[in-house]
Amino acid sequence: MTIKPPVGDFATDWDHTDPQWVANPYPIWEDLRGRCPVAHTDRYGGGWFPSTYEGVAAVANDTENFTSRTVVIGNGRPGEDAPPAPIGVAPPISSDPPFHQIARRLILPAFAPGPVNALEPQIRELCNHLLDEMGAGLDINAGDDFAAHIPVWVIAKMLGFPDEDRDLFREFVHIVLEGVDEPQEQRIVSFQPVLDYIERQIEDHVANPRDDLTSYMLNVELPNGDKLLPEHIFGTIILTLIAGIDTTWSAISSSIWHLATHPADLERLVNEPELMPLAVEEFLRFYAPVSMARLVKEDMDYLGCPMKKDDWILLGFPAANRDPAVFENADQFIIDREVNRHVTFGLGIHRCAGSNLARLELRVALEEFIKRFPKFELSDPAAVTFSQGQVRGARFLPLTVLN
Amino acid sequence: MKVTIDAARCQGQGRCFGIAPEIFDFDDLGNGVVIGDGIVDDEELKSKARLAQANCPEHAINIEGN
Repeated sequence: MTIKPPVGDFATDWDHTDPQWVANPYPIWEDLRGRCPVAHTDRYGGGWFPSTYEGVAAVANDTENFTSRTVVIGNGRPGEDAPPAPIGVAPPISSDPPFHQIARRLILPAFAPGPVNALEPQIRELCNHLLDEMGAGLDINAGDDFAAHIPVWVIAKMLGFPDEDRDLFREFVHIVLEGVDEPQEQRIVSFQPVLDYIERQIEDHVANPRDDLTSYMLNVELPNGDKLLPEHIFGTIILTLIAGIDTTWSAISSSIWHLATHPADLERLVNEPELMPLAVEEFLRFYAPVSMARLVKEDMDYLGCPMKKDDWILLGFPAANRDPAVFENADQFIIDREVNRHVTFGLGIHRCAGSNLARLELRVALEEFIKRFPKFELSDPAAVTFSQGQVRGARFLPLTVLN
Repeated sequence: MKVTIDAARCQGQGRCFGIAPEIFDFDDLGNGVVIGDGIVDDEELKSKARLAQANCPEHAINIEGN
């Protein structure tokens, strides 16, 4: 990790990898909403951070003025080396209209509620298997030994990648999402094993086609009858691997962290399991893991700010979810909140394609976890860690099971 | 009450059929669709329809009448 000067004022120098932001970003966002609803930074080559629901929604819905060709902020401006719109490096998340819709329609059926809900019994079985393995001991690590495994298993199954490579995927995710403040040259070196691995999996699927998303991408045709370009297939696989794992893992682990630190909510959920659907939406709102990025297409004044071509926009969906202009008692976790128009899965054409899957995994994981452990607390609150970068969630989560 | 979904706004967030599966379903792409003609008479279902509308992040649900 590079040594960076600490942030003095987040309004003019924000940094989403700053230790203060990583540890507890919510007071920072609340402060910004009050005095500087679109913050600026010169870091990362220059960028903007809208902290209100209104600002986030405006950018998310504006594909004329902003491009998705890079959605993870890195060091420096993407410049000429970034893969061009409209396809981008990981379609459809990195694609702009009109190609975006074509790429998205290809994968949506695989992530629609029908096929996704069919996975519920297997996810439940997996959760119970993980809980069995955690044993009857009093000390457990709910992050590494439970939350992390669930999306890794689900994504490996969807892509048709070998089960035994699951630890590798977690490492890949870490390289892509948490290494954002490494120098660009180092990132390219770190990324090579990911590319090699996926290349080998694609070759194996070409030789041995089967019923999974990888074989589907290899066989499917675009509306004009063309097969997908190799870089398109590759990009969508990377997207599924990266976007499907860290995110859901974070949602599960942060929700368990909440229950460990709010015994009244835990007790209520154990006693009133019918509350789970509302609770899941509130966990999603309150602990939304994902912020996305956009790039400014051309110099312009927008939301009162002098934006320059290729400036980053950090799209803080988690910040929008805490905006009191839209949510009553926005800074309070209300387990049975009924009106909850959260934007955890984004807004507009880039709505998280895996949202049905994520919601299912979160619900089943929490149901099985609290069934097995109806009472627990943090064994060492100071030891809990949160991930840095654009996906926020509890990582090291040591718990003590109570009687 | 008549419930409709504006297909141009719907992005498949999935909130409507989660909240009121009696009124909403999903298509092959996971986008929301209204079951049948969208006429809702039952009071309990009407409030579910309103709740679905209040939870749709894309503001894609329209309700006429009450």
